[in-house]
Amino acid sequence: MNSKVWIVAKREYLTRVQKKSFILVTLLTPITIAVFIFFMGWMMNAGSKSDQRVVIKDETGIIQQMAAEDKSFPYEFSDRNVQKLKEDYSSQGYDLLVYIPALRDSSTMSISASYYSREKPSLSLLESIESHLADQVETFRMRRSNIDQHLLDSFKARVNLENGAMDPNNPGGSVAAGKLNIIIGTALGFIMGFMMYLVIFIYGSMVMRSVMEEKLSRIVEVMVSSVKPINLMMGKLIGVGGVGLTQLALWAFLIPVVLTIAHALVPGVDPSHMTNVGSVNEDSFDNFSFHQAYDAFFSLKWWLILPVFIIFFLGGYFIYSSLFAAMGSAINEDMGEGQQLMMPIVIVVLCAFYMLFPVLSNPNGSLAVFASLFPLFSPIIMPARLAFDPPWWQIVLSIVIMLCTVWFFIWLTSRIYRVGILMYGKKATIREMIKWIRYSD
Amino acid sequence: MSILRLEHVTKKYKNQVAVDDISFEVEPGTIFGMLGPNGAGKTSTIRIITTITGPDSGKVFFENETLNQSHPARMGYLPEERGLYKKMKVGDHLIYLARLKGLTAHDAATRCKAMLHRFEALDWWNKKVEELSKGMQQKIQFIATIVHEPTLLILDEPFTGLDPINTSMIQDEIFRLKNKGVTILFSTHRMEQVEEMCENIILINHGKNVLLGNVQEIRNTYKENLYEVGFKGNLPQQFNGGLELVKQYDHTAVFRIPDQDTPNHLLQYLMQSGCEIHAFHEILPSINEIFIRIVKGVSHE
Repeated sequence: MNSKVWIVAKREYLTRVQKKSFILVTLLTPITIAVFIFFMGWMMNAGSKSDQRVVIKDETGIIQQMAAEDKSFPYEFSDRNVQKLKEDYSSQGYDLLVYIPALRDSSTMSISASYYSREKPSLSLLESIESHLADQVETFRMRRSNIDQHLLDSFKARVNLENGAMDPNNPGGSVAAGKLNIIIGTALGFIMGFMMYLVIFIYGSMVMRSVMEEKLSRIVEVMVSSVKPINLMMGKLIGVGGVGLTQLALWAFLIPVVLTIAHALVPGVDPSHMTNVGSVNEDSFDNFSFHQAYDAFFSLKWWLILPVFIIFFLGGYFIYSSLFAAMGSAINEDMGEGQQLMMPIVIVVLCAFYMLFPVLSNPNGSLAVFASLFPLFSPIIMPARLAFDPPWWQIVLSIVIMLCTVWFFIWLTSRIYRVGILMYGKKATIREMIKWIRYSD
Repeated sequence: MSILRLEHVTKKYKNQVAVDDISFEVEPGTIFGMLGPNGAGKTSTIRIITTITGPDSGKVFFENETLNQSHPARMGYLPEERGLYKKMKVGDHLIYLARLKGLTAHDAATRCKAMLHRFEALDWWNKKVEELSKGMQQKIQFIATIVHEPTLLILDEPFTGLDPINTSMIQDEIFRLKNKGVTILFSTHRMEQVEEMCENIILINHGKNVLLGNVQEIRNTYKENLYEVGFKGNLPQQFNGGLELVKQYDHTAVFRIPDQDTPNHLLQYLMQSGCEIHAFHEILPSINEIFIRIVKGVSHE
C-alpha cells in the first residue's frame, strides 16, 4: 500500500498513544471496572441480608422450638408479655414485632400471625418472615407424622441435562460442562457484543472529531497537496484502529490483573456475585464449582474466538468509522450538525446491540444467522455467537461479506470525504453527500 | 519550454462554473501572478494544478508531461486557508510534512533543521505549534512549503496575516528562490503586490480569463498617454494640438496627449509658455485600475 498511508497512520497512532488522556483512560478503566464489580458484589451481599431487626413473640411455642434447630433462622424471640412488647419493641431496638397467638385448634395447626411496625415494612421482608415461619411449621408437621428428614431428602430429585455430544477428548469438561459452557458462552458473547458496541462509538467518534478538527483548522488544505484524500482517510482509520487494538490488548491484560489484585486485597467480597447479574440464573450457577467453571472457560476454542474477534473488531471498526469520517468531513463549525448526521448510524448500531438479547437466548436461530451475515450487524452479533460453535461456513461467509462491505464503504465514504473536507460554509445534508459521491475526481 | 501549461481548463461545481476555459503558460524561473477578486476561481485553478481535483475538460502539462500523481511532489503549495496541528512540536511537524512530500526520514530531519536555522528559528524545534505566535506559525507554514525544494512554488495569498517584517522576509525568500531558478505561481487579490513582483500575470474574473500577459506590456497597452508635470509659474490658458489638461493641483498638472503625439511636444509647449518644469513622468495605469476598467467594461456590455 501507499507509503504515505503509513506515514499518516504512524502520526495518528503515536500522537494518540502518547497523550496523557489515553494513558489515564487505559489505566483507570480496569480500576473503575474493578471498583464497579466489587461495589455490585457488596450491594448484592448487603441486599440479600436484611438489616431490619425482627422480634417474635410466639405463644404457640412451636416456632421457637423448631427455630432453635434451624441455624439459618435469622429472627429473635422474646418471652415477655405481648402488651409490654407492643409498647416498647422499638425502644428495644427492634423494627418489627411479630405476634403469633396460641393455637385455638391444635389438630389443624393453622397458624395466624400479625405484625406491628412503626414504618411500613418492605414486601421482601414480610415474604422472608412468612417463608421462615412456614419452614418451621412444615418441619414440625413432619416430625409429628414421624417422617424422617433424611427420608424426605432422599425423595427429592434433580435432573441435569448434559450434552450427549460432548467432546470425548475433553473429559475435564464432561461433567457439567454442557450447561456451564452455555452460561459462560452467553456471558462471553454479551461481553464481546457490548465491547464491539463501545468500540464503534468510542473510536468512531474519535475519527469523526479528528476529521472535523482537521477540516476546521484548515490542516487538510495543507495535507491534500501531498496526500490523496483517500490515503489521508485510510491513514487516519488505520492509526486510530491501531490505538483501539492497543487499548484492547492492554485491557485484556490489565483487567484480569487488577481484578486478581483487588480480590486479594479486599477479602470477604466475592466477585463471582457479578456473574449473577444479567441473564445467568443464580441457581444454575451454584451447582458448579469454581474449578469446573475454570475448566469450561479454558476449554472454549480461544484459538478460534480471539483471532475471529479481532477480525470482526477491525471490520466493524472500519465500516462504522469510515462512515463517521464521512460525516465529520461534512460538518461546518457546529457540533450539533454532527449529532444530526450521526443519528442514522446510532440507530443502526443500537438495533444491532439490542439484537444481542434475542440472539444470545437462541444463538443458532434464524435471527442469529441473519444478523451475523448482515454486514452492519455482523461485527456485533457474530463475535457474540462465537462461543456457541456456529457452523464454520457462517463464520467464513460473514467475514467475506463484511470485508466486501468494508471495501465498499471505504470507497463510498472516501468519495464523500474528498469533497467534504474542502467544502466550507454550507450545511451539508445527507442528500447532498450522496451527490458528492458522483462527483468526478 | 514552459514548466506549467493549462489548455482550456474548465471545472464546474453544481450550478456554478468555477473555472471557465482558462489557458496560460508559466515560464521556468519566473514569478507568475494569478489575480482576481475573491471567488474568481483562483483557488479552484490551483487545486487542479496540484491534482487535488481534476478538470472537467481541458489539459494540464507539468514540465511538458501530462499532469500526473508524481508531479505534486515537485510542487510546493501554500494554501490560502492553512493550519497546523496545534499540539505537535515544530520539528516533528516539519518532518512529517516533508516526509509526505517523499523525503526520507533522515533527509527530512537534516533539511528541516537547516531551514529553521536559516530562518533563525532553530530554537523553536521542540516547541509546540500552539506556543508560537500567528506570524511564527505562518513562517513555519512557509518553510514546510519549500523544504522539499520544489521546482514550482504555488503561493495562495501568502502575505495575509503577516506583519511588515515577516512580509518582507518572505518576499526576500521568494526572490532568493526565484534567483535559484524556482518558478513561482503567486495568487492574490491584492494587485499592488503583483506589480512589484511578477513578470507575467493572468487576471481571472468569474472563472474566466480576462487578461493575460507581461505586466509592463499590459500597463503600456492600457496606458492613456497621461503625463504628470511638476512646475513653477503659470500654465498656459489654452492648449492646442489635442493636448488636454486632465487635472491640476498644487504645482502639479496631469496632461493627456493625443495618440500619435510625443511627450516632447508637450514639454516644448510648456517650456515655450514660460513654465519652469521640475518633474515630468508618464503615468501608467496600475493593474488594479486596469482590472476595474476591464471588469466594469465587461459588466456594462
